[in-house]
Order: sequence, then structure tokens, then C-alpha cells
Amino acid sequence: MTAGRPVRIAIWLAVLVLCAWQVSRTRFIADLSSFLPASPTPEQRLLVDQLRDGALSRVVLAGIEGADARTRAALSRDVAARLRVDPAFAAVANGASAGMERERDLVFANRYALSPAVTAERFTVEGLRGAVSETLSLLASPAGLLVKQMVARDPTGETVLLMERRQAGGGPRTRDGVWVSPAGDRALLIARTRASGADIDAQALAIVRVNEAFRAAQQKSGAAAAGARLLLTGPGVFSAEARALIQDDAKRLSLMGTAVIVVLLLAVFRSPIVLVLGLAPVATGALVGVAAVSLGYGVVHGITLGFGMTLIGEAVDYAIYLFVQAERGGAPAQGSWMDRFWPTIRLGVATSLAGFAALLFSDVPGLSQMGLYSIAGLVAAALVARYVLPWLLPATLRVRDLSPAGAKLGAAFGFARRLRAATLALAVAAAVLLAMRSGSVWNPDLASLNPIPERTRAVDAQLRGALGAPDARIVVAVSAPTADAALESAERVGRGLDPLVAQGRLSGYESPADLLPSLATQAARRASLPDEPVLRERLAGALAGLPLRESRLEPFIEDVRRAREAPPLTRESLAGTAFDMALDGLLYADRDGRWTALVGLRGAVREGATEGIDAGAVREAVRAANVPGAIVVDVKAEADNLYAGYLRQALQLCGAGVIVVALLLAGALRSARRVARVLAPLAAAVVVVAAAHVLAGTRLTVPHLIGMVLVVAIGSNYALFFDTLAVRHDPAANRTYASLGLATLTTVTEFGVLSLSSIPVLHAIGSTVAPGALLSLVFCAALAERSATGPARGGSGIMGATAEPPCAP
Amino acid sequence: MRAERFLRAALLALALGASPVLAADWTIARLMEALAANKASRATFNETRFLALLDRPLESSGELRFTPPGRLEKRTLAPGAETLVVDGDSVIVERLGKRYSLSLRDHPEVAVFVDSIRGTLAGDLKSLERAYTLSLEGREPRWRLVLRPRDASVARLVESIEVDGAGADLRRIEITQPDGDRSLMLIRRIGP
Repeated sequence: MTAGRPVRIAIWLAVLVLCAWQVSRTRFIADLSSFLPASPTPEQRLLVDQLRDGALSRVVLAGIEGADARTRAALSRDVAARLRVDPAFAAVANGASAGMERERDLVFANRYALSPAVTAERFTVEGLRGAVSETLSLLASPAGLLVKQMVARDPTGETVLLMERRQAGGGPRTRDGVWVSPAGDRALLIARTRASGADIDAQALAIVRVNEAFRAAQQKSGAAAAGARLLLTGPGVFSAEARALIQDDAKRLSLMGTAVIVVLLLAVFRSPIVLVLGLAPVATGALVGVAAVSLGYGVVHGITLGFGMTLIGEAVDYAIYLFVQAERGGAPAQGSWMDRFWPTIRLGVATSLAGFAALLFSDVPGLSQMGLYSIAGLVAAALVARYVLPWLLPATLRVRDLSPAGAKLGAAFGFARRLRAATLALAVAAAVLLAMRSGSVWNPDLASLNPIPERTRAVDAQLRGALGAPDARIVVAVSAPTADAALESAERVGRGLDPLVAQGRLSGYESPADLLPSLATQAARRASLPDEPVLRERLAGALAGLPLRESRLEPFIEDVRRAREAPPLTRESLAGTAFDMALDGLLYADRDGRWTALVGLRGAVREGATEGIDAGAVREAVRAANVPGAIVVDVKAEADNLYAGYLRQALQLCGAGVIVVALLLAGALRSARRVARVLAPLAAAVVVVAAAHVLAGTRLTVPHLIGMVLVVAIGSNYALFFDTLAVRHDPAANRTYASLGLATLTTVTEFGVLSLSSIPVLHAIGSTVAPGALLSLVFCAALAERSATGPARGGSGIMGATAEPPCAP
Repeated sequence: MRAERFLRAALLALALGASPVLAADWTIARLMEALAANKASRATFNETRFLALLDRPLESSGELRFTPPGRLEKRTLAPGAETLVVDGDSVIVERLGKRYSLSLRDHPEVAVFVDSIRGTLAGDLKSLERAYTLSLEGREPRWRLVLRPRDASVARLVESIEVDGAGADLRRIEITQPDGDRSLMLIRRIGP
């Protein structure tokens, strides 16, 4: 600590350069899955994986509204055609069957491997007769015109059956050849991106592409399309939108926050040098914080940067304490500031660190990032304020004396003491209110953290419902060591769900085994096809009395013979088709090479609207199917459980943080009474702010809780100064008051700026800390010992101030 | 209904310069005008399908309902219940308790059949002439309209569609496919 000025400055600059280098190679992310826990239950892990980069995360839903129906249909067709040739998209569907010829051929060629109706019974005399009779009745119907060409090769109607399964539930409404919403006022498209939903750059690019395709289609369609609009939703769209929001906000808030601090410091100190020096700990803290997160996590979340604002609010206080409290014109390095105030500030820093350490231990990567950022940033800022800043102050610098303002503030604090009873009453009332509403204080809904506006989410739900896309809310997952075993399990789950479909409680399900049956199932289907002589004999019996003669069915006999010898259908045979892409989302291996198959469910359809799914019935059916490793994931319920667990954990960690703060204070102050004196105003501030939120109708979330920890961390600095003033006469008490006033002012304005954020996480923190910090100061004054209040009475402590030692240095 | 049709004819006659319309003037345009004047109508049908693939023709019967300009319902009652509803561009088939929907634009082969019948019922000369060359034989009390597809790809599916009628009523529709398969539908009007 005795190193000279050049050494200190050199070390500081070297650290800055190293950190800047680290920050320059940092990747910034903004996906919200960082705010989901990293090590949840299997159901939750599936959910988090799915949200992060599963098939669901790759879906872009588009709606075209405005203009007239025919124009919307033309636009839908044109947009789909443009996107189909765009490498960013793996598949595009808009209800038009053009462009699906390859898939149709594939189904037809492999119908005996794919059709669940292919059993030994179907190829007995009775089975064949039943199936052929059914096909004949179809031939007589208007639909017969469509199937006529297939009859000679497929008299048992396997192709029709497979098409039916795919169309179960009717799918979306079709008008003018494309999918439309139930009211017919929107044309609908689904696109699936090639890139994972976690790749926000790719998602953002995909969104740009869809918009470009739409604009190009609009231009081509001329005046009729001028009134058409494109709506886009889906997880990828949300991630990209959330990132844009976060980036926008982080930029805007940092600029606003910096501007506010600059104006404040300039207005108070009226010295550009003091301004620059005052910002030095802040800038160092921010840089070290980002570098530490980058080193620790590999990536830095956008919200962490937004949270960085909070650091400005606290770190600038250190410089303020130094400037205001340091002896005027004295050499600060050797000055009394170090002896008199540094121990208090050091204890304040320690309590703040204890608070943020609570975040560091969170399971949620986003929160622990914030914890690490704050800890590294605060330590850096405090070290700069203690070991560098005093040596940077030019000897000739005269910091403006704020004693007159401090005197006024001191008088105000003296007045505040009369509010002691009122403060206690307010705190008790707030605590009673919180206790009475304890059931509804916390928001159990994960969506409360979602920065995507409710309106946008409603559009998403509408499009999803209209498209009859498998319900994203509930999904059955099976896991197995191999892809084929996972497919077998999915088939067993499917057999368990069949009764629900038959009862009309589900309109169908989407299983990867529909696209690619397991090898065992394919072998069983192949084995149920009779050899040629047997088939001929049975066919002759089956056709007796029917208007179809065996001689017409030579192509069928040939196809069955080939199907018996055909190699099984594999993933490779599907390569490049829409089925392959669909399988990507339904059958995938995790990092450990274990395979998961997802069976999506479609709710029953009534009056063209998709109904909700009875999760209990699905659970029961899956349990009855007795498939090892099968779980029913109720996405919404799991997400909420996940969040509830995370809220519980956050509460526990913050509770632990407060206990550590109390222990720290006890160790330093060595007096239960003084610990209570420091903590009481902070507790009162937290309780009153929480009660005010509840009264305003806000349900508290984890970020509110973090805000409360920050109130304790920041407020403990104020409380410690009041405590120090109470135990020791300070001839410069007015300066201390002035520094406290200024520190509170900067904190309240910084967090006030943060509360303007449209991101719920940041808004919650800002709107908790800004009033909380102000209340902490007021309550510290109100609950302070008489000796500390009012400069006139300074030193004549009634409570026997000298009996209690000051902070251990 | 009859009175109204008379009224319309009279008005039309006035519009044409009060010259009475002669039977010899029975043209496609006149037929279409007469058909276009049709309001919602209901009829029974008997359809016989002759397919080379089958030894015997397939028979079916039921009811037709037409609501101008674009809605056509075909309810088959025998041999099995089945409903086909064509409305605008969408086709919905309900069969054996299941419901399928398709779009005419995606299924040109169906669109050809639907549009020929629906276009004739609606007297939509423009849409018929877009897809077919038309020829009319006979007089108003007994006429035959023959439609032959213009488009080669459609011609692979349909050779000709013959619609027989009397006045503004359709009596018989015969669809012949290039492979010789044909479908014959006899229609009897039963009400509005």
C-alpha cells in the first residue's frame, strides 16, 4: 500500500487494458433461456432444451392480413415460393400442396412400411375383402375421382389412410388454396428455420428474409396488395425481438444514466476534473465486471449489461464520499479520510458483496452473471476509489465545499428524527399488509419476466390455434439409448393415445414413428405381407362377388412382392424431404448421445377451433401404456414450476445473504444494538417498498427481490455513516451529510432511469431500488441516535457514544 | 318462382327493345341468362359410374343443393352416407364420420368437375369459357351443352362434359374421361 503514484496508476491502467482486451472478444447474448435454471428435473431440462433450440424454437408463424382474400392467398403463395428456395429455411408450408410431390411419392412408394393398418389380418381373405370394399365405396364417391388411378396398385387404400392420418382434425381452414384463420381474414404460413432457435443472429436474419419476401410479393401483386400486412410470431421471432428490445434498452439506459450522472456531478462540483475522476471507479468497475462475466461464463447477457446501470449508481458513491469527505486541500493519500471513512466504506462494500453473492449461487445463469458482474465491478470500483483515485487528485485541486448544503441536510435529518414513531408505524403497517397478502405477494408466472408484450403473445396464440399446430403446451417425450428404441417407445405411446383419439378427446397426435416407423414395426409390417401365391389365392377369395377382378390388380401384387423384399425405410431415405425436417424436431440426440422422441398432441376440434388438451387424461393414457422413460410434459405447468423453484431458491439465497450481512456487521461493530440500528432502517425501507408494490397491484418477481437486496446493500452504506456519526463526534459531519445526500441523489436517479426500462427484469429492479434507496436514507435519519442528528449538537451523544467503539479499522 | 321468372323475362324483353324472344334465338348466352336467373335449388340425383377397372358400374344416389353463385352440396345417401360441400374455393368431404377439406386450386382435377357443374348451374359463362370450349345443341325445351377442356393437362383427365337440360333446369350430366371411363348423373328437380 505504500507503492508510489506511478506504480499504482500503471497497475490500474494495465488492468484496464487487459479487461478491455477480454471485453473486445466477448460474445453478447440475449436469449431468455439464460433466465431459466441450468439443472432442473428431466421434464424441465427437456423444456429448457426445447425452448433453447428444439423444433418448437425454429418455427416462424406468419399471418397476412388486409387486402382481399384472393390477394392474401396470392401473397401467401408467392412468399412461400420465395422462402422455399431460401437456404435459411428448412421448410415452408402454407396449405398449398404444390411443392409436396416428392413427399407424396415417398408415402406412396413406402405405404406398406408406413401404414399402421398393415397387419396380418388385413391380408387375410376377410381383411382384403373389407379393405377393397371400402375402396370401392370411395370410388363411387366424389373423392373417387382422386383415387381412381391408385386403385390398381393400392386396392386396400393404404395411401388414402396415410393421407387421412396426416389430415386428422381437418387442419387449418383453406381458402383460395392456402391456409387461413378461422374467420378467414388472415392467410397463414409456417416456416421452419434451419438454424436453432438459440441462434438469434440467424433468427433475426430469417425474419428479415420473410419480410423481404413479403415486400417483394407485395410489389409484384401491385395495388391490390398495398393494404396487406405481415404478422410474424414464434419463438425465434420472440428471441430476436427480445434481443432488439434488450439491446435498445441497454444502450438507451446507459446513455441516459451516464448523462444524468455527468449533469449531476457537474452541477454539484462544477469541475470537469472532478467529473472525470468521479467516473473513473465507475468505468473501471463496469469494464472489470463485463470482463469477469466474459471469463466466467464465456458469454455476457444483454440484461447483465442493462443491470450494469445499477453499478454506476453505487460505485459513483465511493468517489463522492472521497471528494466530499476528504479534507479540503489536504493530501488525501495520507489524509484522515483513509482512517476515518475508509473502514466504514469498506464495511459497506463487504455488505454489498454479501448481498450480491446470493445471486452468484443462483442456478439461473442469467442471475449468477449479474452477481458476478456486481461483485467484480464493486470490488474494482472500491479498489480504484481507495488505492488509485486519491493519487490522481491534483494537489492543487479544490473540491467545492458542500458543507453549507450538508448543514441544511443535517437540519433536515434532525427534523426527520421526529418521524421516528411514524416510520416505525409505517414499517409495521407495511409488514402487516405483506403478511395478510402473503399468498399473492409473489408472481408465480414465468411469463412475468418475458419482455415480449402481451399483445404480441396473443397474436402468437391466435396464429398457433388457427394453424392447428400441435399444442405447444403439452408434449409426450420418451428417451432411449438409440434413435430406433426411441421410435419404438413413441409407437407404444401412440398406441396408448389411440383410445383418446377414438373417443374424440384428441384429434390426433404427431409421432416421429408416423414418418419413420421403428425397424421392428417395419419388419412386422413386412412379415404380415403374404407371398405371391398366397396373396393371389386370398385375393381371389376376397374379390368374389365384388366388381373388381383379380386380373386388374397385377400392379398391386407386384407392389406387395417388392415391399416384402424392400430394405427398411431409414432416415437417409427421407433426406431432403419435409419429413426429414419434421423428424429433426421430433427425434433428436442430446449431448450425451441419448435419443429423445417427442409425440405432439392435437386438441379436439370443434366448430373449427382447437380445444385445450386434458393433461390428466393424457398422463393416465401414457402411464397405462407403461413405456419406460416416457414423460408427459405440461410446458406451461413445468415452466411455472421451474420459476416457482427458482423464486424459492432466490428467496433462500437472499435470506442467506441478509444473514451474512448481519454477521459481517456484528463482526465489525461488535454490538447487537448497533447492528440492529444499522439494519432496522433498511428492513423498514424494504418492507415499505414491497408493500407499496403490492398496493399498486404489482406482484413481485425475482428481480424485485434482487432490488430489495440492492436496497440493503446500498442502504447499509448510509446506515453505517449514521452509525459512525452516532458513536463518534465528527467535526465535519456536514460534509458527511452532503456526501450522503449526493450519493442518494445519484442512486435514486440512476435507478429511476432503470425503472423506465421496458424489460420487466430491469424495470422491477429500478422501481424497487429508486424508492428503496431514498427511503433508506430517510429512515436512517429518522431512526438515528440523537447524537448524530443536527450539526449543532454534534458530539454530545446522550447515548454515551464513547462507550461504543468505532468500526474496527 | 314461375311468376318471378316470367317477370324477369318480360323485363329482359323490354330491355332488348320489346322484341319478343324467338325460340330460334336459343343461344349459349340466352341459356346462361336463364340459368343465372335461378335461385337456390334442390334436386335428387342418381349417378352411375362406369369404370374400366370394374366389372359392374358403381351406383349412388342422393340429393343436390345449389345456392348461387358458389355453393354446391352433394349429399349421397346410398350406398353410404357422404357429403360433399363446395363453397368458393374450398371442398369439404364428410365420410364415415371423418371430415376432409381440400382446396380446388390444389386439386385441378377436382376443380374441373366442380367448375363445369357449378359454372353451368350458376350460368357463369365467363368462367366456363375460360376453361372450356362450349357448344349448344337443341332448343330451349330440350338442350345439350357440351364442354371440352381447353387446357391440355385438364384434357388428360376429362374428354367432355355433356349437360342436358330443359329451360333453366339441368337434367343429366355425363362426364367422359379419355380412358373411356364415364360417369352419368340424372337429376330431378324437387324444389327451390
